[in-house]
Amino acid sequence: MFKRGLFKTLFQKVDQLVTGRGRIDEELFEELEEALIGSDLNIHTTIRVMEELRNAVRDERLKDGQDVKERLKTFLTSALVSGEGASPLAVSPQAPTVYLVVGVNGVGKTTTIAKLAYKLKREGNKVIVAAADTFRAAAVDQLALWGERIGVDVVKGREGADPSAVVFDAMQAAVSRKADYLIIDTAGRLHNKVNLMEELKKINRIVMRDRNNRPADETLLVLDATTGQNAVNQAKEFKAAVNITGLVLAKLDGTARGGIVITIKDELGVPIKLVGTGEKPEDLEVFDPSAFVEALFEE
Amino acid sequence: MFESLTDKLQGVFKRLRGKSSLSEQDVNDAMREVRLVLLEADVNFKVVKDFTARVRERAVGEQILEGLNAPQQVVKIVSEELTALLGGEQAPLTFSHQSPTVIMLCGLQGAGKTTHAGKLAAMLRKQGRNPMLVAGDIYRPAAIKQLEVVGEQVKTPVFTMGDQTDPAEIAKAAVDKAQRYGNDVVIVDTAGRLQIDEALMDELRRVKAAVRPHEILLVVDAMTGQEAVNVAKGFNDALEIDGVILTKLDGDARGGAALSVKTVVGKPIKFVGVGEKMDALEIFYPDRMVSRILGMGDVMTLIERA
Ligand SMILES: Nc1nc2c(ncn2[C@@H]2O[C@H](COP(=O)(O)OP(=O)(O)OP(=O)(O)O)[C@@H](O)[C@H]2O)c(=O)[nH]1
Ligand SMILES: Nc1nc2c(ncn2[C@@H]2O[C@H](COP(=O)(O)OP(=O)(O)OP(=O)(O)O)[C@@H](O)[C@H]2O)c(=O)[nH]1
Ligand SMILES: [Mg+2]
Ligand SMILES: [Mg+2]
Repeated sequence: MFKRGLFKTLFQKVDQLVTGRGRIDEELFEELEEALIGSDLNIHTTIRVMEELRNAVRDERLKDGQDVKERLKTFLTSALVSGEGASPLAVSPQAPTVYLVVGVNGVGKTTTIAKLAYKLKREGNKVIVAAADTFRAAAVDQLALWGERIGVDVVKGREGADPSAVVFDAMQAAVSRKADYLIIDTAGRLHNKVNLMEELKKINRIVMRDRNNRPADETLLVLDATTGQNAVNQAKEFKAAVNITGLVLAKLDGTARGGIVITIKDELGVPIKLVGTGEKPEDLEVFDPSAFVEALFEE
Repeated sequence: MFESLTDKLQGVFKRLRGKSSLSEQDVNDAMREVRLVLLEADVNFKVVKDFTARVRERAVGEQILEGLNAPQQVVKIVSEELTALLGGEQAPLTFSHQSPTVIMLCGLQGAGKTTHAGKLAAMLRKQGRNPMLVAGDIYRPAAIKQLEVVGEQVKTPVFTMGDQTDPAEIAKAAVDKAQRYGNDVVIVDTAGRLQIDEALMDELRRVKAAVRPHEILLVVDAMTGQEAVNVAKGFNDALEIDGVILTKLDGDARGGAALSVKTVVGKPIKFVGVGEKMDALEIFYPDRMVSRILGMGDVMTLIERA
């Protein structure tokens, strides 16, 4: 499933740490903690996990490194999956299904949209994408080129135009051209920029106004897998502004990190839905927690 | 609410009011808090380990200075050591005696290379130079157009040969043209790439061999996590970089990546990016970065307020 699975390196590391170790000592705990931190797991989650591990070892008198490892897996898995199966992208009962894609600068929004449009198109759908990033230099051209490459219509805004107006046009176009899906690209924005977050809320309102007050079927926050602790703030602020429904973890083809998503799932309840593994149209995978967990434990 | 390091240390040191020097136990307790603060800021865990070990060594037995209490003394030592690590001196750009000076930008996807090529051009123009931008990213859709738009914004010519020519060849031709047209600085934009992508890293080596840049700058996103050390090491091993541009510092990331990068490759951070606009480029100040990493306003005023 994953070219380089999330946490694969982590668990390989844990394996190395526990094999052939006669006893569970402070050094093992320390190294486990470092392995977790090294995967960018949130530092407070890490501390909590380590506390639970220590308690388990003490209370249940765990003697074997393998047992400790199993415990660690159980905890991380339950935090990530929390009972649910895969959470596929929501589809509107009435076309068009609308996806709004948001995130900080340069994380991979536009590329993810191209990949997703490509996937939906191959599944037999008519897809329209809206180039509502009217701010960044050549952002519209970038999506337009992707549209040509994958054979998908692009509704363009002029550079400097009001992004809400582009979204409005795109909503109209999606209906009149009988599209199954409309995917909206937005400009990258840092979550601490109040005016830019307001602009995003406005885009969201335009979407809702056109759909009897229903928000986009999915509001996807794209996170860069190499991001560290800041990803939590990003998720919190975007969730507060436009109520994100799912995460996309892009650039997971770099060395496997992205541990921060466990905290985001655990604390904010936002599931990962898609994973980006490269720059080609086919480099997008649907995130399936159970398959993911298997990959996680692959020896 | 965010608890500052001084507050945290205040708690740790409650019991040792009025002490005149720091015992080993005091310092160990304090270092636990310091470690946490640094990890929260995304400083690499190995870097943190070495750092706290060094500070511990220095701090144990140290006399508490007049006017300071124990927490302040620790914060002072920590911030001094961090500042020293990040490089006390300002590191300016190197210019060639013989025109043109060649600057090459490299880094991961989406770090901010193209934007910062433009910002550098704007800054150099303000200094009275006559730069040229070079479109060396032949892969990303509309990368060339993006640089052209940026070039227009900063009134700087953009050299391109389309997306079918090898970037090393493009860079070479650009330098030739700059020589003829009197552009005294050539700024080469390159495609984003992973440091583990051998083919693309090799392309950068060829660009370097073709134009022998005077400055190879690694562009690093301030939000980068633990991976920052591998990124820095990968690019430095391949290219022997000269410095770093730390971008997106207008966000609320604490930017511990700065410390990781500096420690691992020993190259100075020269500039920081603080926005999407073309004038959002600043010179790097180590002490400001230290305050940021520690999550404190201005460390020194905090200490002085005592
Ligand atoms: N290796 C890798 N690169 C990716 C992936 N997704 C996107 N990229 C690259 O990351 C860079 C930024 O991607 P974009 O899609 O432009 O990101 P964005 O979030 O739209 O950026 P802004 O609109 O500027 O905020 C590009 O070079 C992409 O090719 C991925 O999954 N893996
Ligand atoms: N807020 C903020 N955004 C920045 C900064 N620098 C760059 N950006 C934004 O980050 C995104 C990516 O910047 P680019 O310059 O395209 O990055 P790149 O490294 O050239 O990307 P690739 O060529 O795809 O590898 C864009 O949306 C920029 O506007 C900065 O200092 N602050
Ligand atoms: Mg984009
Ligand atoms: Mg670029």
